[in-house]
Amino acid sequence: MIESTLDIQTLRKDFPILQREVNGQALVYLDNAATSQTPRQVIKTITDYYERYNANIHRGAHTLAQEATEAYEEARKRIQSHFNARHSHEIIFTSGTTHSINLVTHGFQSILKAGDEVLVSAMEHHSNIVPAQILCEKTGATLKVIPMNHNGELILEDYKKSLNANTKLVFFNHVSNALGTVNPVKKMVFLAHEAGAAVVVDGAQAAPHMSIDVQELDADFYTASAHKMCGPTGIGMLYGKESWLQKLPPYQGGGEMISEVTFEKTTYADLPHKFEAGTPNICGGIAFGAAITYLEDIGMDLIAGYENELLEYANEKLMDVPGMHIYGPSANKTSVISFNIEGIHPYDLGTLLDKMGIAVRTGHHCAQPIMDFYEIPGTVRVSFSFYNTLEEVDMLASGVSRAVKMLT
Amino acid sequence: MKIKKIQEEITEEFGMFDDWTQRYEHMIDLGRSLPLIEEQYKLDENLIKGCQSKVWVHAEMEDGKLVFTADSDAIITKGIIAILVRVLSDQKPQDIIDADMEFIDKIGLKEHLSPTRANGLVNMIKQLKLYAIAYQTQLN
Repeated sequence: MIESTLDIQTLRKDFPILQREVNGQALVYLDNAATSQTPRQVIKTITDYYERYNANIHRGAHTLAQEATEAYEEARKRIQSHFNARHSHEIIFTSGTTHSINLVTHGFQSILKAGDEVLVSAMEHHSNIVPAQILCEKTGATLKVIPMNHNGELILEDYKKSLNANTKLVFFNHVSNALGTVNPVKKMVFLAHEAGAAVVVDGAQAAPHMSIDVQELDADFYTASAHKMCGPTGIGMLYGKESWLQKLPPYQGGGEMISEVTFEKTTYADLPHKFEAGTPNICGGIAFGAAITYLEDIGMDLIAGYENELLEYANEKLMDVPGMHIYGPSANKTSVISFNIEGIHPYDLGTLLDKMGIAVRTGHHCAQPIMDFYEIPGTVRVSFSFYNTLEEVDMLASGVSRAVKMLT
Repeated sequence: MKIKKIQEEITEEFGMFDDWTQRYEHMIDLGRSLPLIEEQYKLDENLIKGCQSKVWVHAEMEDGKLVFTADSDAIITKGIIAILVRVLSDQKPQDIIDADMEFIDKIGLKEHLSPTRANGLVNMIKQLKLYAIAYQTQLN
């Protein structure tokens, strides 16, 4: 069994928060798709930074500034190697996936024109839908949707039909945050490129759970958020192919992103600094690097294997609950289960589970179009990480049964 | 009965329970006794904003007192609005406006008072008081 290989009990000791109680009960944290917990190793990186070498980067000639700059750029290299980008300057530090997406859509405002088409998948997070809508409003381009089926999978036949010479930009997530579906990125990117369109892949929900090779996927842009990968909040990355990043105009003006400034004209800094105006989240960037190291030390393949075991076990246990309905039961998904129980409001279930110390997410998960598709107000979503245990799945299943009894 | 008196009564009821399960079961029971809003008033404009579940409230004046009816599609939320209606319904608008709702804390539902809580208990109280303010303005 993979669990014994991973030694979950030892790994759990890395996470101080997992020792706490909620409402007098041991915490069972099953909201990892919203944010993951932070291991001691990453917390130590953060305190080390502030205790030993907090300084502004790329500027000062003093030792602290040098050390901070080196650590920050070292983190960028670690991220580059983790995602297998060709160059470290193809990794832009952002505040997270939402910022990354907005950076791209802002850049495309000067590229798209009326008559162009932008494709967005039906299972997107609002942070992909809204920037794409704004982009279309500003440029006169048309927004089209890649539809999904009841298994929560994108319909590739319809996708192929939507692609044409006018398609300039395609957005979809690698993994759906609401359902956990893994989309066939490589194939979808290939098809988009055949039509001459650029592709933005939101990797926020994929990066914590599997190895990602951006060169193999061939996506033009790929995004991730550190806080879903055992790192801190407020930091993430945008990978962009060098050629695209050179083509896009800067997103924000300010310090760091310039080469020379006069009142007549400013020339911009080279990549990646062109897109990193102002003092960045230095500590966050360094801690993001530490989080990547932490995950790599465990091994992404072991993580994926164990999480799949948790998913299968949870599916089995939850299906025993009468009236259970699981949304998007695609064969290829990460450790996310979105469900409802007949006659019970997801909010009621979530509230009672919280009283039992079990943290889940309820609501529309920032993906209202998916809820409209299934004609439901929302779901209860449980999302596992490698530090969850089979015992916690048992606690979830008995907690759900107990809540159902109280509510019916 | 005066608002304060009803609050004391409810606090006493909840005081009999020693764990959260019983408190929540009682709250769910109270939801069953909620004076239900008539179907014709179950309109989007009568929905309370800021709740993950739907909560409709309707208010009508009867003999100088404001009478509330409500409903929700979630059982716990229905219990919460039922408690609020039991306290604030059939009272003079000015008394509703002046009512101190801190008793919620005493009955072990403090966590629902947080403005970040998705069930919007705070919004429910605000909405009931807004109705009272509107009717009080008419009276003045």
